[in-house]
Amino acid sequence: MKTAVEIADARANRFGHQLYAGRARAILERGFIALRSSTWVPIATGFVEPVLYLLAFGYGMSELIGNVDSGRGTVDYAVFIAPGLLATSAMNGAIYDSTWNVFFKLNESKLYQGMLATPLGPLDVALGEITWALLRGLSYAIAFMAVTAPLGLVPGISAILAIPAAVFIAFGFASFGMAITSYFKTYQQMGMINIVLLPMFLFSGSLYPISVYPDWLEFLIQLFPSWHGIELVRDIWFGYWDAGTFIHLGYFCVMIVTGLYFTTRRLRNLFMR
Amino acid sequence: MPESLISARGLTKKYGDFTAVDAIDFDVAKGESFGLLGPNGAGKSTTMRIIAATSQRTSGSISILGRDPEEHGPQIRAHLGVVPQQDNLDGELTVTENLFIYGRYFGLSKKFIRNKIEELLDFAQLQEKRDSKVEALSGGMKRRLTIARALVSEPDILMLDEPTTGLDPQARHILWDRLFRLKETGVTLVITTHFMDEAEQLCDRLVVMDKGKIMAEGSPLELIKKYSTKEVLEVRFGSERNKEVAPVLRDMCSRIEELPDRILMYVEDGEALLEEIVAKKLHPTTSLVRRSSLEDVFLRLTGRSLIE
Repeated sequence: MKTAVEIADARANRFGHQLYAGRARAILERGFIALRSSTWVPIATGFVEPVLYLLAFGYGMSELIGNVDSGRGTVDYAVFIAPGLLATSAMNGAIYDSTWNVFFKLNESKLYQGMLATPLGPLDVALGEITWALLRGLSYAIAFMAVTAPLGLVPGISAILAIPAAVFIAFGFASFGMAITSYFKTYQQMGMINIVLLPMFLFSGSLYPISVYPDWLEFLIQLFPSWHGIELVRDIWFGYWDAGTFIHLGYFCVMIVTGLYFTTRRLRNLFMR
Repeated sequence: MPESLISARGLTKKYGDFTAVDAIDFDVAKGESFGLLGPNGAGKSTTMRIIAATSQRTSGSISILGRDPEEHGPQIRAHLGVVPQQDNLDGELTVTENLFIYGRYFGLSKKFIRNKIEELLDFAQLQEKRDSKVEALSGGMKRRLTIARALVSEPDILMLDEPTTGLDPQARHILWDRLFRLKETGVTLVITTHFMDEAEQLCDRLVVMDKGKIMAEGSPLELIKKYSTKEVLEVRFGSERNKEVAPVLRDMCSRIEELPDRILMYVEDGEALLEEIVAKKLHPTTSLVRRSSLEDVFLRLTGRSLIE
């Protein structure tokens, strides 16, 4: 049996030992313990929402719309929106945990302060919380896949890769969301997140191709992560890989790294300066 | 000289133009119960955070167990148990879950923590509440749980920031009793407080802090001997007459302090002085003879009382 001191001493010569104790999993463990007694309502809504969209739009609207040019061939409207909603669902899951939940732990319950009084470093906390958020994204993606497959909306077996893609997107959003949240101090500032999110999702091409926009708006939408997320999942869903797919992947790589960097930095400045 | 666990020289912390801790020197010996006494804003909590390696000094030096917290933060934190001023227990978890996960933050094995939890629940007298959510606990219980949580990693030094602020008298006494027991087991305690009775009860040695500086250092008894008299006579004449009689009283003893509601007279024999006052037919409305306390020391050093 090792003591706390032996455990800390064993890492003391590693690069970045002040930032990372190699125990992000302890934060995940906390998440699972807390989950046992938490209410399931907000978790369930995150999953039900995209399914409702799928039913309302996919079946209601597709009667009117018929087929859509997805940019990867013409498909039925319900098939077109399914991957977009899968991406949205994963993003929403990740954002919920990495914004409001993080805000509460940071400012109300002072949970991170307690964690950082132990040998844990800010990167342990950031990685642990972000991983927790993307696990939610993962569970939403799997659940959504399980609902859409029997409905005949999944074009092929390779579409299963949309699940890891959704997790990757969730990672980006969680990482970025936590970074932004860590700089916010008031509920008013947090409210801004919601104001930005809703239009971002509505206009980012989950329900229709953004080619319907004028050029300037199309360009603007292409700057937002939600569009890259939806397009990435759609590429993979239809097995349509091209240079664009890798641009989307690159976009999220940058998002993940930037988010982790700023979250770690901010936690260090808040609690260890 | 016993082994020094914590040693600070010229320790300074600035926030912009504001100097929270102003070039202080102190040492804490192994097994000692060391206090930082001072009013709010004296720089006690900042000093605590620097020791706990969760705040970096601006200048000066500090070593904790021979290490610099700037270089060895995680290693130092592995030696410490921290009880913050404001409880930061995990409200989503139960009492035992709080203890368990905190041990996991230190990387301790599940088996070790499970055994430790039983010991800690006994120590904190929380066995009956073991499966309660934190919200269901009283203020005193939360404090005891926070202390138990800090002990899960078997720390060498326990850091307590204002441990009994906000607790009722009974809860305070229970907590003091627990801390005494800890002290007996050889844990080094570092305590901040603005209660002089707490400092007198718990601290072997303390520093009096004000405005970021150390004003005096010693055991409670030494400080009282050095900066105050054996006894204090407190007299009240009513707010009107206090001013009037003060000059007369000043000539009767070595030192007096005029407070808004009463006058303190510092003497070796309070009863004798009171008789003298009565003999002069000054007739205070109330009078009280008591032993000098750290409050008097603080008043002498800063001209202000601890709790304002």
